[in-house]
Amino acid sequence: MKELTFGTVIAVFEEIFGRGLFWTMVALAVLVTLAYFYVLIRDRAMSMRKFLWAQLSMPFGAVLAVIFVQQMTHSGLRDIGGPVDVIVLLGVAVLGAVGSAILIYTIQSLLRPSRSGQNS
Amino acid sequence: MTGRNDFRPSRRGVLGFALAGAVTAGLGVRAAQAARVATKARIIIIGAGAGGTALANRLVQRLDGAQITLIDPRAQHLYQPGLSLVAAGLKPADYVVSKTTDWLPSGVTLIAEAAAAIDPVAKTVSTEKGQKLDYDFLIVAPGLVLDHGAIQGFSLDMVGKDGIGALYAGPDYAAKTWQAASKFTEEGGVGLFTRPATEMKCAGAPLKHTFLLDDIASRGGAKGKYEMHYTCPQTALFSVPIVAEKVRMLFGERGVATYYGHTLKSIDPGRKTAQFETAAPDPATGEMVKSTTEMPYDYLHVIPPQHAPEVIRQSGLSWADKWTDQGWVECDMKTLRHLRYPEIFALGDVAGVPKGKTAASVKWQVPVIEDHLIASLQGREGTEVYDGYTSCPLITRVGRAMLVEFDYHNNLVPSFPGVIAPLEELWISWLMKEVALKATYNAMLRGRA
Repeated sequence: MKELTFGTVIAVFEEIFGRGLFWTMVALAVLVTLAYFYVLIRDRAMSMRKFLWAQLSMPFGAVLAVIFVQQMTHSGLRDIGGPVDVIVLLGVAVLGAVGSAILIYTIQSLLRPSRSGQNS
Repeated sequence: MTGRNDFRPSRRGVLGFALAGAVTAGLGVRAAQAARVATKARIIIIGAGAGGTALANRLVQRLDGAQITLIDPRAQHLYQPGLSLVAAGLKPADYVVSKTTDWLPSGVTLIAEAAAAIDPVAKTVSTEKGQKLDYDFLIVAPGLVLDHGAIQGFSLDMVGKDGIGALYAGPDYAAKTWQAASKFTEEGGVGLFTRPATEMKCAGAPLKHTFLLDDIASRGGAKGKYEMHYTCPQTALFSVPIVAEKVRMLFGERGVATYYGHTLKSIDPGRKTAQFETAAPDPATGEMVKSTTEMPYDYLHVIPPQHAPEVIRQSGLSWADKWTDQGWVECDMKTLRHLRYPEIFALGDVAGVPKGKTAASVKWQVPVIEDHLIASLQGREGTEVYDGYTSCPLITRVGRAMLVEFDYHNNLVPSFPGVIAPLEELWISWLMKEVALKATYNAMLRGRA
């Protein structure tokens, strides 16, 4: 590869998931992130109780993300061949974990808005 | 009040963070293009494949007022690097197919006819329906011809039946190849893999097909009851020695038997045998001794001899003293400029250079031709040089590949040194082949990569 531009990266992701699925996922990710900021700003605080549930969801998110990528690319754990593969795998897992934590936290906040003094 | 551990974002903090993110994302956007060159030049590109299309897009971006004409009768554009995946059942046939016109910029003319003759002295190209076009610059990028007729007893209508595959022949034949190959991976038997004695497109593809079928068979119904036999006319498995050695070791590990000096000449589909011309050094004198041999198969993969299209060979553009049986265009290996006709460039498969019949090579050849062509328009010398860059994500099984990149000098030229090792079987290299390559290819076609 001669050069890696932002446009190429976008094109690559469109190719991986298909244009429709990719942009749907981007839209979902943006929506969830915005909702996350919305509840943070609304509540002016992070609820540690909700964050605990969010943390508990992280391992599941990590595993699901890895399985998703492997399904999409006809591959499995047995194909991990070197250090860089482990890094890529961990990167996918971390993305899945962080994504699920944000998602779970946001869902809880939207469904059960905290009232002052009850969320610690 | 909230507890001490709680994180309390402010509106301003959140907005500032969001702004920083947006600025970072925008960094990838490139600054405005260099000024366009005004010209009235008539530029003809024969062939709207990977090379012709990519160059047309780049020239349109760089030139103002040029008359750019592409000549190609093919309505379909093929993403040929995907054929290996189709022939292993990993992608459908339509994965590699798009329309030629989908990729062409506005401002170029496409003549959907075959070029019938080139007169490099009068600087004209004639089409099959009798149009005659003058040019100031000509880029020959028609691809190559697969000479299936050269294998006696073989014809394309056999592909997919009775254990015969031929994935080079196109998307439908690649899909049919998988029909025959999948039967082999379920039932087992003898798998026989070949490659031609001529120069060929992507010399890694015969190896990939072998590796993929071995992997699928080893996990499928054929497990424990199949044999893999790889034949080649050459004396090595790959033209780059360090890669050849690595593949030799992998074949050894996987139990793929290798037969050097074997050129497929004919097949007998009724008896399921293939006949080879063999060449081996005489143990006493060291001289090469030719002979013939016959090998049985349950699955046979045919890759025919390949040569330049007839229109190139008839027009006197080919080398007179090299590849005389194949007719590749005589050109400077670093600038791709014709050695006798400086207004002609050869691009892609048809170029008579020692390496580079891959889409990855085209990606590196296109900017070189663009540079020298525009330099000529401006009355100066171009500076870009093509050094034989070729890339081959050499699949070694479903889920792993080696990202092999090399040049004319048989040096490895890794794009990601220290990160992606070229001779290591890696998942990330497979991800690149399976998902990132087509996107990069498409970006190249549009002149964006």
